[in-house]
Amino acid sequence: MLRFIAKRFLEMIPVLFVIATLTFFMVRLAPGGPFTTEKSIPPEIQKKLEVFYGLNKPLYQQYLDYMGNLLKGDLGPSFKYATWSVNELIWSAFPVSLELGCYGLAIALILGLSAGIIASLRQNSAPDHISMSLAMLGICVPTFVIGPLLILIFGLALGWVNASGWDSARDRILPSLTLGLFYAAYIARLARGGMLEILNQDFIRTAHAKGARPRRIILKHALKGGLLPVVAFLGPAIADIITGSFVVETIFQVPGLGRFFVTAAFNRDYTMVLGTVLFYAVLIILANLVVDIVQVWLNPKLRFE
Amino acid sequence: MLRNRHEARWWSLLVVVALLVIGCSRRETRVEAGGREQILYEGNGGEPQELDPHIVTGVSEQRIQMTLLEGLLSQDPVDFHPVPGVAERWDILPDGKVYTFYLRRNAKWSNGDPVTARDFWESYKRILTPSLGAEYSYMLFPVKNAKAYNEGKITDFNQVGFKVLDDFTFQITLESPTPYLLSVINYHSAWMPVHLPTIRKYGDPYMRGSKWTRPGRFVGNGPFVLAKWRVNDVIVVKKSPSYWDHDRVRLNEIHFLPIESDETEEHAFRAGQLHITETTPLTKIDFYKRRYPDLLRIDPYLGTYFYRCNVTKPPLNDKRVRRALALTIDRESLVADVLRGGQLPAFCLTPAGTAGYTCRTQLHEDVAQARRLLADAGYPDEKNFPTIELLYNTMEQHRIIAEAIQQMWKKHLGIDVRLVNQEWKVYLDSQRTLNYQICRASWIGDYVDPNTFLDMFVTGGGNNETGWSNPEYDRLIAEAARTTDPQQRLEVFQRAEAILLDELPIIPIYFYTRVYARRPEVKGWYPTILDYHPYQYVYLEPNKN
Amino acid sequence: MQETLASQIPNAALLSEAEVGTSLWRDAWHRLKKNKMAVVSAAILAVLSIASALAPWIAPYSYEEQNLDLRAVAPQHGHWLGTDALGRDQLTRLLYGGRVSLMVGIVATGVALLIGVTYGAISGFFGGAIDVAMMRIVDIIYALPFTIFVILLMVFFGRDIRLLFIAIGAVEWLTMARIVRGQVQSLKKQEFIEAALALGLRRRRIIFLHMIPNVLGPIIVYATLTVPAVMLLEAFLSFLGLGVQPPMSSWGLMIKDGADRMEECPWLLIAPGVTLAVTLFCLNFLGDGLRDALDVRASKD
Repeated sequence: MLRFIAKRFLEMIPVLFVIATLTFFMVRLAPGGPFTTEKSIPPEIQKKLEVFYGLNKPLYQQYLDYMGNLLKGDLGPSFKYATWSVNELIWSAFPVSLELGCYGLAIALILGLSAGIIASLRQNSAPDHISMSLAMLGICVPTFVIGPLLILIFGLALGWVNASGWDSARDRILPSLTLGLFYAAYIARLARGGMLEILNQDFIRTAHAKGARPRRIILKHALKGGLLPVVAFLGPAIADIITGSFVVETIFQVPGLGRFFVTAAFNRDYTMVLGTVLFYAVLIILANLVVDIVQVWLNPKLRFE
Repeated sequence: MLRNRHEARWWSLLVVVALLVIGCSRRETRVEAGGREQILYEGNGGEPQELDPHIVTGVSEQRIQMTLLEGLLSQDPVDFHPVPGVAERWDILPDGKVYTFYLRRNAKWSNGDPVTARDFWESYKRILTPSLGAEYSYMLFPVKNAKAYNEGKITDFNQVGFKVLDDFTFQITLESPTPYLLSVINYHSAWMPVHLPTIRKYGDPYMRGSKWTRPGRFVGNGPFVLAKWRVNDVIVVKKSPSYWDHDRVRLNEIHFLPIESDETEEHAFRAGQLHITETTPLTKIDFYKRRYPDLLRIDPYLGTYFYRCNVTKPPLNDKRVRRALALTIDRESLVADVLRGGQLPAFCLTPAGTAGYTCRTQLHEDVAQARRLLADAGYPDEKNFPTIELLYNTMEQHRIIAEAIQQMWKKHLGIDVRLVNQEWKVYLDSQRTLNYQICRASWIGDYVDPNTFLDMFVTGGGNNETGWSNPEYDRLIAEAARTTDPQQRLEVFQRAEAILLDELPIIPIYFYTRVYARRPEVKGWYPTILDYHPYQYVYLEPNKN
Repeated sequence: MQETLASQIPNAALLSEAEVGTSLWRDAWHRLKKNKMAVVSAAILAVLSIASALAPWIAPYSYEEQNLDLRAVAPQHGHWLGTDALGRDQLTRLLYGGRVSLMVGIVATGVALLIGVTYGAISGFFGGAIDVAMMRIVDIIYALPFTIFVILLMVFFGRDIRLLFIAIGAVEWLTMARIVRGQVQSLKKQEFIEAALALGLRRRRIIFLHMIPNVLGPIIVYATLTVPAVMLLEAFLSFLGLGVQPPMSSWGLMIKDGADRMEECPWLLIAPGVTLAVTLFCLNFLGDGLRDALDVRASKD
């Protein structure tokens, strides 16, 4: 097991390297640069800016400089937000997204798993159809509809919470709910599907026939296999959810990391794009690693890989 | 699993009670608390890029910079005209080229240092130093040799028209008389002083990258000091005890909230989290007009919305075609039905009444004449007119206007226009490289004078971006810069704008207004044409209900 | 009473009929037909698709025709679903929008399925270094910035709607591949696969004829989750301004516009929202039906 983990960590390095390189050149391909502004900057000034940010150097030189700094852990200054470095921006924004993500994940898991498992146990009955329909609603109503709807009801009409912001504890409620409902719906459907796969298998029937208590059957035999699709989904989903959602953070004015992913691209803030991409890449790889480990644990048949 | 029914009942009771407690606790809203404690909450659009006034100056940044710094002059809250700032009086020589400012003795930086003439000299040297790459250094170009210094043509700053006569006397010598100079000096961040010793402490003052603008480090001489800065969350400024006029300042704190999404900001306003918003979403203007008319503000603004034409390629290289397009836009209907924000239709480029100037040449919409022009240009019966592309950057407002105008041109001229929208930077790039046929544009004046609009279109000007060139126009603009007599100068502008409106490299559409929401308890806040409001006069007076 | 032996033997004719072999697919079709929800869903989907496809002929107005006098009016005679801010008929835009959204949904999901299933099956089946390399490539593509990718596509290939399919398909196949790989990996250990390998069947045959049909269950479930994800991704792109171009519309764009005006003009949100929801519900029930139909073990007969 340890060798497996070590191997995956080693693999991470070339993967990150390729991602950094590809992204580095990708962002520079897009027309417009960080200093393309509406009121055009006089060319001499533009040159000075380019000198300061190293944009006047040949591309390969910029690349080497960037990679050199990367190895030292320095993601560079933000091209757009001149006061802060990329490290500082990520460092201040990530904890917010992480917190929001954890709440959202908790909601998603609790609601989703319970709905999905119960639905699978009572296949084709009323609770099944109702919970799956609700789950479908959660999937097909976009966050930019649910969010404002919740704000209108609970923030404006009832006045129970603020409409946006991230100050008091109460401010956490609506964004977590909006974020979580979406993933809850996915988890519910995947859990139900996965559980059904397992529950209809022979060994479950055997256990029933042998007289084992239903709860024992579920917990001991079915869950492990049934939750496989959920686990596979959760890997990237967790990485996504803790790096923040652009839509949720914009609607609720949450100072998280999710917004930077989109705004950095629009601002052509090269260093910020690279910084967020690499940060996300590390998280995704770690998440997948954890998922793979959990999958092996859940499905012993995979152990002899 | 719930063991029995009783347990279920207790749980439900608990949930209900919890909901009631949460719901019925009637919380004081933020604006109510703010009204009590003189804390103003204002929506500020995007997150400021930088608070160093010499490095970045956009609207969001400038609002905050104006609370932290004060220039030689300050602003009158009602009509924004120049009033004493750090300088308590000034005089101008008859030739209009030499300004002498007499600084007050009690102006102080927030760390206790006195504000001296030397501070201003050092600050202007900094912003004009080429290596800093200050975007708005050109605001100082009316000063003698400032442009040369900024371009590196001269290296001795003593040759630039700034002189320290003594600790409290500062003199500026201009290249030529600039009537609008004082109305720039009194507010623009480029003209604000900075505390060089502080900047030096945290980096090289003549290069970017000095991190002196953080809370705890920022030293300014304005009515407020920087207390807190959390990116994408809030910037808090607190009343400065060292400001020379601090008795006048009634607000204790201002919280600037960088809410980018218009809808989010609007929700926050209605939920009592903001006193003032940056803007109002297009979709909500009617809503506010109907339900909260006393909260909606529609103030005139010094800006024009227009379409640029790429005059280097057919069919738009023919000015008859451009005129035909300009004459078939129903601006009244656009403004009244589509925009609904109190905007004014624009029949010329410079907004009426700008520093006493109203352009006499005006466009007159005329469909019949437009058709004739089109026929003259070689496109009778609208048959062989090629499809042209109308470019705009992705935003609801621009899309709606473009769609409406597309329909107007189709209906009246029978021409096909394809709408292309591009993401912001791609759009800017296309505009700059003349990779468009017609594109949407706007210009907000940097100062209250027609020059800020008209000098855009000189040959090769950085903000021309149409490929248009007219030597007579260039000549007139240069002449206006040299003319001393204000009336004569405005006449020169009349002639220049007449040329512009004859050739129409641009098609003016409407004049901007600032549409935003403001709570009634905000006092001392008056509509100004540049939409800046000196916060030392603003205060909150909540209702006594 | 005594029962003759003969009466205990079922009629020979009936016997032979029952003994006629049916394929997996024919069985599945049979079961599907019996699933009422699935059949109804399929019917609704068919109606929606046909209506959208026939939009140019059956729509009452042109989708770009503005009527500035009738801006944002509630449903009324002549405009059964109301009008939007520029006075365009909502029913028309709904029909035209359906063409875009349904096409995006189906094509992008199809692309994602095609690439994802094949990729995941191969990776999972072969294992070893191939699996490692393939999965690392998935990791790399997954981490690349999507917004920049879309911007680049728009810049280099113009504003083609097909770009949307490519962009969206390029993102969705990754998770599909991972899921299929996981399923294939567990399937690989099952006896019938070992048997097939022992028999020397060509690996391609094993993958496509034996493994994939057996992982169809989770694939279909995930596909029914992918279609809404795809349609919402299209809406998100429109939200950012990178998607469908005006005056053309899509359900995603209409929902976004409707959400902005939720309070004053709820009909702008309700019509496209309900249509999208109904479509996705039907896809969901159809998908469930397909999964049940194809799942041999789930058959109760």
